[in-house]
Amino acid sequence: MTEITIDMVRKRAEADAKTYGYHLVPDPELLQAFLEGLKVNEERYGSPSCPCRLASGKFEYDRDIICPCDYRDPDVAEFGACYCRLYVNNDVCESKKELPTVPERRPTAAHRGKAPAVEQTAGTELALPVWRCRVCGYLCARETPPEVCPICKAKKERFQRFM
Amino acid sequence: MQFSKVQGKQNKHKVVLYALSTCVWCKMTKQFLKNSGIEYEYIDVDLCEEEDKQKIRQHIQSKGGPLGYPTTIVDDKVVITGFRKDLLKEALET
Repeated sequence: MTEITIDMVRKRAEADAKTYGYHLVPDPELLQAFLEGLKVNEERYGSPSCPCRLASGKFEYDRDIICPCDYRDPDVAEFGACYCRLYVNNDVCESKKELPTVPERRPTAAHRGKAPAVEQTAGTELALPVWRCRVCGYLCARETPPEVCPICKAKKERFQRFM
Repeated sequence: MQFSKVQGKQNKHKVVLYALSTCVWCKMTKQFLKNSGIEYEYIDVDLCEEEDKQKIRQHIQSKGGPLGYPTTIVDDKVVITGFRKDLLKEALET
């Protein structure tokens, strides 16, 4: 098995932030601590689950909290940061204010079952709206469009509701 | 289950912290309590046996708290979820 290094974890997070128009938390000490937590979880559970949540160690129960978690996009859209606050938006990154407090969005174990809600939806009802990048045609199902298109980098404003 | 005790001059409240060893905000809560001279005990829940994790979850929920870490319970009744300096100060200063 390949050894997991902080550098690998950092590069992966940086690439993901860039793809979706986010930033990693600007405080270097905080960032380092998040990356270390992710590294420990990847070594311990086989997947980099959120360092601020208790993983079960069973993939089917933890997949929604593997970083970047299923809740990051709606949390950054609403609060400016994800639950653990590794990912932040432009406003939070540039402001010198304290990081926002982000409440837990993850449903309780009794409510989430084994599979995420998105996959449980059958028939015509969509669990999430579908957004289309008007520049390149990229489609994504999420509460709000991404900050930037991960494919062509067009801004959020260039997206339209598709379904 | 094994709690770790941190000595402090401020010991008029019973402070119990449920933390995760990987969590930044849990570490900051520990640091804040220590720097404030508050006596407390903590347990890193992610390092516990499954049976103890279950007991801890039930305990936090029985106190009315959501399952998030850090969870600080003051005097067995005030439940503070997250690293909330404001709420910790309020609960510990009175």
